[in-house]
Amino acid sequence: MSFKTVERKPLTFAERTYVPQILSGLKTTLRHMVKPKETLEYPETRPIIPDGYRGVPTLVKDPHGREKCVSCQLCEFVCPPKAIRIKPGEISAESDQAHVEKAPEEFDIDMLRCIYCGLCQEVCPEEAIWLQNVFSMSGYTREEMVNDKTRLYELGGTLPDDHFKWDKKKAAEEAGNAAH
Amino acid sequence: MIQPAQPELVTVTIDGKEIAVPKGTNVIEAARLAGTDVPHYCYHPKLSVAGNCRMCLIELGMPMADRATHEPIMDPETGKQKIGWIPHPQIGCATNVVPGMQVKTQSPMVKECREGVMEFLLINHPLDCPICDQAGECKLQEQATGYGRGYSRFIEQKNVKPKRAQLGPRVTLDDERCVLCSRCIRFCQEVAKDDVLGFVDRGSYSTLTCYPGKELKNNYSLNTVDICPVGALTSTDFRFKMRVWFLKQTNSIDTESSVGANTVVWSREGVIYRITPRRNDEVNDTWMADSGRILYKQVQADDRLHQSTVKGQPATLAAVIADAAKLAKAGHVAVVGSGRSSVEEQFLTKRLATTLETETFVVGQTGEGDGLLISADRNPNTRGALVTGLVADVPTAQLDALGAEIDAGRVKTIISVGEDLIAAGLTPAQLDKVALIILSAHGTSTTAVADVVIPTLTVFEKNGTFINQQFRLQKFAQAIPGLTSASNDLVVLDELIAAVGGEASEGDMKSLWKSMGAEIPVFANITYGNLPATGLLLDSSAWDNLNFPEGETLHFKPAAAEASA
Repeated sequence: MSFKTVERKPLTFAERTYVPQILSGLKTTLRHMVKPKETLEYPETRPIIPDGYRGVPTLVKDPHGREKCVSCQLCEFVCPPKAIRIKPGEISAESDQAHVEKAPEEFDIDMLRCIYCGLCQEVCPEEAIWLQNVFSMSGYTREEMVNDKTRLYELGGTLPDDHFKWDKKKAAEEAGNAAH
Repeated sequence: MIQPAQPELVTVTIDGKEIAVPKGTNVIEAARLAGTDVPHYCYHPKLSVAGNCRMCLIELGMPMADRATHEPIMDPETGKQKIGWIPHPQIGCATNVVPGMQVKTQSPMVKECREGVMEFLLINHPLDCPICDQAGECKLQEQATGYGRGYSRFIEQKNVKPKRAQLGPRVTLDDERCVLCSRCIRFCQEVAKDDVLGFVDRGSYSTLTCYPGKELKNNYSLNTVDICPVGALTSTDFRFKMRVWFLKQTNSIDTESSVGANTVVWSREGVIYRITPRRNDEVNDTWMADSGRILYKQVQADDRLHQSTVKGQPATLAAVIADAAKLAKAGHVAVVGSGRSSVEEQFLTKRLATTLETETFVVGQTGEGDGLLISADRNPNTRGALVTGLVADVPTAQLDALGAEIDAGRVKTIISVGEDLIAAGLTPAQLDKVALIILSAHGTSTTAVADVVIPTLTVFEKNGTFINQQFRLQKFAQAIPGLTSASNDLVVLDELIAAVGGEASEGDMKSLWKSMGAEIPVFANITYGNLPATGLLLDSSAWDNLNFPEGETLHFKPAAAEASA
């Protein structure tokens, strides 16, 4: 290995007094003293969550209050850390949602496993699972960190729907073949 | 042995590849032999050809010959005989091969045909794959990937048809998903001989339904679910239970009778969700009985035994074995083997009996055969008991001989491998006189009074082999882990043999089969590993003169009937 000796430039007189450096440092300090604050008094004040943020996965209902999940288990299949567990169930023929036929009986997301990748939201054919803006999950036990179906709907709430495909399906069923 | 006649071969060219196939093969099967898949819905190898789905359209040609002189017309460019291609496509399922036939399965015309057929099939098909049980094993889904357009040009309303219709006690029908292939109708007519299904209405309003006042309730109804290429017919038991892509498939054998239908057990994480038939052209074609599909419920049955006991008190396996050995060593022992045990278990049962120098008994289980896939002998492995030497003749249903021995005071201890002795005709009074050592997966009236009870595994939790009515040795594999509170029958038998001073096996299938091959002539050169998935026919000449209870079933004629024919 060969070495090259670099010649170090001697300091100028101004540099040797350190005064310009101190002044430029003070300038930065003074500028930040008058600027608006960057930090937040968390948790009293909360940050603004940008669109498309991937927070805790949640289940949502459509504006008519119908649970959107049909327990197709695609999220369970795609989930890389296997955080999702679904027990599918059948909607009883007496229910007014009977035309959807299928809904989850149990739906658990283990937040100790979840890596917030958002693949479940991406794969969902019913737009039922959304990673929304809740970013802090805490609990004292492992059981507390598993979100069950009730909790997931509490967290998720209602999101707007563009399609209402099951309502259209029901309307077509009621109209019957005579309508065409 | 008489060699079966070799089928006459016909040479055809499929996508430029020459292949010799048996005469009478249709183009779909010929293409399969050539390694090409011709998509189809209505065609099924074990049913008659309907030719109504039009998905298997292919291009067909024949070498040209002069009409008058029959001289071949040669192509001057290639120097070969000219091919005359039929200008319109033909269906592959209803076209049998003839010598020199030329087939194109990948041409632009064929691709266009498939795309056209797919578009029409999807016009009225609901887009409910997320809730459809067939998703993942749906032919329509598969072909839509290859030949679908990805979007729909159909802006009109889709037809409305009955959903969630109960065709029978075990089959639920979603008519909107039906592609009118008529496989289920043909199955009911041709195989189940229970003609209850049919189409009503015309055109795109055609609807599959049962004849008025009838139900699809024969014991083969769930085969219609298996052969349905889409999600129209679904099993009421399996409906919405689990998506198929999560399920692990394990080859197994149906234990309900000596037919030994080949099955696949579908499980996920130690839980079995369904049992379906596995194709074996020599045994069950592609069918199985409905009654065999619910047998998986015995794994989690309430009467499963979870604790080995001595006189009703819980004890460890080692303590139980020691206690059993003490009873067995006292002499006057009888061993009751089972036609429901695997061949390996019967072999070790026989070895235990030989070590103890005792007599062996087997309980016969008979019922009425249905002439199709349930035979009169309800033991899956009666032939195994014969081959391993547990019994010399076809076992009877009642253990009268053993009862007489008990009454005469010649038997003081009974070791029963998986049999319910009270059900087999021994009275509680007789059982009171003897010490009982019972190996069983489920609790019975006999285990309730037994001195030593050792819980064992069901057929789904262990490896083994059965010999069916044709003397076909067939293996089944472990689908799910066994109950931790129960022990493998082979392990228990080995421990018992060792405890009474015999030579235990090395505890693995390989060495067990090595000693079985050495001791039983018909098993020579067989290993568990090299046993084919479709089974191996054994030399049955030693047992030809026995009077078996079976009547005729699919692919089986009793020896007596064969001789008179």
